[in-house]
Amino acid sequence: MAEPLLSLRGVETHIGRYHILHGVEFDVAEGGLTMLLGRNGAGKTTTLRTIMGLWRAAAGEIRFAGRDITHLATPDIARLGIAYVPESMAIFADLTVQENLVLAARSGPPDAKRLDWIFARFEALKRFWNLPAGLLSGGQKQMLAVARAIIEPRRLLLIDEPTKGLAPAIIANMIDAFRELKDGEASLLVVEQNFAFARQLGDTVAVMDDGRVAHRGDMAAFAADQALQQHLLGLGMDTHQ
Amino acid sequence: MKRDWIPLLLIPLLAVAALPLVGSPSSWVTLTVAGLAMGLMVFIMASGLTLTFGLMDVLNFGHGAFIAVGAFVAASVMLALAPWVTVDSLWLNLAAIVPAVLAAMVVSGVLGLGFERVIVRPVYGQHLKQILVTTGGLIVAEQLLKVIWGPDQITLSRPTALRGAFLLGDIAVEKYRVLAVVVGLAVFAALAVTLNRTRIGLLIRAGVENGEMVEALGYRIRRLFVGVFVVGSALAGLGGAMWGLYQETVTAAIGAQVAVLVFIVIIIGGLGSVGGCFVGALLVGLTANYIGFLAPKVALGSNILLMALILLWRPQGLYPVAKR
Repeated sequence: MAEPLLSLRGVETHIGRYHILHGVEFDVAEGGLTMLLGRNGAGKTTTLRTIMGLWRAAAGEIRFAGRDITHLATPDIARLGIAYVPESMAIFADLTVQENLVLAARSGPPDAKRLDWIFARFEALKRFWNLPAGLLSGGQKQMLAVARAIIEPRRLLLIDEPTKGLAPAIIANMIDAFRELKDGEASLLVVEQNFAFARQLGDTVAVMDDGRVAHRGDMAAFAADQALQQHLLGLGMDTHQ
Repeated sequence: MKRDWIPLLLIPLLAVAALPLVGSPSSWVTLTVAGLAMGLMVFIMASGLTLTFGLMDVLNFGHGAFIAVGAFVAASVMLALAPWVTVDSLWLNLAAIVPAVLAAMVVSGVLGLGFERVIVRPVYGQHLKQILVTTGGLIVAEQLLKVIWGPDQITLSRPTALRGAFLLGDIAVEKYRVLAVVVGLAVFAALAVTLNRTRIGLLIRAGVENGEMVEALGYRIRRLFVGVFVVGSALAGLGGAMWGLYQETVTAAIGAQVAVLVFIVIIIGGLGSVGGCFVGALLVGLTANYIGFLAPKVALGSNILLMALILLWRPQGLYPVAKR
């Protein structure tokens, strides 16, 4: 069996005096898209931040492409080819759309073909190219945050709630974009509350509950098991979207 | 792009409002140039401090040490080159002042590098400790200056070419103040070009907003911070040298004294904003000179009053930085 691109084993994370993650374990396969689901406060965002080194794992191991990255600094983790889109989007509000993307393209000016590909999906970014990002709408900011992560090829994308605040048409574009990325160059780990979106895209799923992975397996099987969804996700998850 | 011009308009508004109060146009021109010169010297000293706060949330109360060191180093070089300072030759005067200023910047920059490593780095993210330890650093630096240069004040004479004033009718404008305006504007232009037209500037602006996200994009924000800290210290050294020449005396307390103005300026401008620092510095310089002329008894408190009024209007300063 091929080694997964990303694997977490027994990961424990504390934030201050709070013990948030309790031995988190799951994998993301090379070329796969894993959905990380769970109720609010289950530890999904903490898991992504721990992978990025923004919060430190107190125990356990995080491996990426066969390498232990548990104790690497955030910039070194990013330079291995991991891009991160936080839930807050964290766009640079005083910088223009162009400057946000130029900054994210570490290896030089953004590739024109790549930019056209992004503009085809997120047209607003082209329209507001020279506008300070802080003046974009919530949905446009989300587009920019995702575009920043994919402005250059990356091996793994960590994306926290990409559909939050987006119109259905833009969500459809995002689904197309993620599928193309998955089929082409990247693996994805996506935290999502929109189960309809998660079901369409995910190959595998890990469901978190109270800082632990309570279930992992194929998305298709999970999507078919409504009792399990109800048990693990409860009413907080919008299963009707 | 929508720009906020209102704070910038305060500068001409303040100047125009002062004209009828001052009465004499010639006095008004003299005071205005003096205010701009003072403001731009304070801007030079403050610009690095506002960026270091913006980038790493570091409250460096020891910034005055770099100002004082710059003033002392410049004084020493100019004393060593005294014959070139007193001779009536612009070129020889420049041959004295340029190495003095460069030496001030280099020594302050190197000191800044050491200060960041030894004093600031252990207290990243801990504001109370930063205030205590950097204030301690300033006190130690002042005492070391007294050990090295002695406890007495040093007279720092301006070169002959920078003495006197340009006379335009009955308007007299001090030559040194014109030089201070030119150097201040040059520093502002250089910073503006660096911040707005270069990749390193883009990184600094992004880092001031959200350093964590800059790191997540693969850039080492601490390395950037050290660079900014060193450049900011060197600029403080340049400002200290210019302030020393402006006052024509240098004491160990020169940095701590002017640091009060520096902190007022960065708070007025909006912590982390170089543009705000520039506008704030000019407002402080003009206010100090106009009030010093019109009501000398309240001159000392005028800048505190200015800060209070601006913070009542814009609690985050003139140009708040969008923080994460």
